[in-house]
Amino acid sequence: MRIGVVTFPGSLDDDDARRAVGIGGHEAVALWHGDHDLQGVDAVILPGGFSYGDYLRCGAISRFAPVMTEVVAAAEQGMPVLGICNGFQILCESHLLPGALIRNDHRKFVCKDQKLRIENARTAWTSGYDEGAEITIVLKNGEGGYVADADTLDRLEGEGRVVARYLDGNPNGSLHDIAGITNERGNVVGLMPHPEHAVEALTGAGTDGLGFFTSLVAAPV
Amino acid sequence: MARYVVDVMPKQEILDPQGKAVLGALPRLGFAGVVDVRQGKRFEVEVEGEPSDETLAEVRKMAETLLSNPVIEDYEVHGQASDQ
Repeated sequence: MRIGVVTFPGSLDDDDARRAVGIGGHEAVALWHGDHDLQGVDAVILPGGFSYGDYLRCGAISRFAPVMTEVVAAAEQGMPVLGICNGFQILCESHLLPGALIRNDHRKFVCKDQKLRIENARTAWTSGYDEGAEITIVLKNGEGGYVADADTLDRLEGEGRVVARYLDGNPNGSLHDIAGITNERGNVVGLMPHPEHAVEALTGAGTDGLGFFTSLVAAPV
Repeated sequence: MARYVVDVMPKQEILDPQGKAVLGALPRLGFAGVVDVRQGKRFEVEVEGEPSDETLAEVRKMAETLLSNPVIEDYEVHGQASDQ
């Protein structure tokens, strides 16, 4: 498959995401924030970083970037979209996913290898994992605290839309230890930790993140 | 010129880590008795023409779509007299 990775001004992990796409067996296509063009890709990744300097709110300006009009329209048609870290924040600001991400409750940037449990292996991006699988990938964020009102949290839990949960302690104050969620359809996934930094044994925290980049093959799109 | 002030505050039930940081710093500076601090944002928006219901409605729309995130923040728009 051809998987597009959007570069915004201030994206940091677009290069690593493209590399991970390649290691996952797909063709990576660089997409530009200023273009109204998805170049015919089959899926899109919004990478981590500090797009538009995180001005106003994380993801608030990126949401209105020209390429996001196309991403939102494609996502609503069922195209798989994965937002990692800043990408997750953009997906929330775009209302493709409910809730929001706020500053870590302890007010410090966190950068560590983080254990997660895959709670939903039925999404386009997690079908390569076993449900309940425990994986360790990199977590690095300053504003990773997931918040939503009680009704939204009940709905996410009730519909099995929590994709990944933090294990061994909550690193940022996220409600319900939520590390990632999906939309009703399961094609849009937002994840605070970084699977693209855990795809090669030589660097990072092992290869537990690879499943996010190989799952699309197994998923009926 | 029509001038408006938009105040954006984190919702009461949302944790405000920045306000908490300020709250923690005040006693260290000798300010006693402070029980809570919430930190928000203030936008000063200038719009062409005279103030009107239409521009006020337009500024409210700005506040809803971009200046605030209704999931975590509340906003208030205050109109100001036009400049001479």
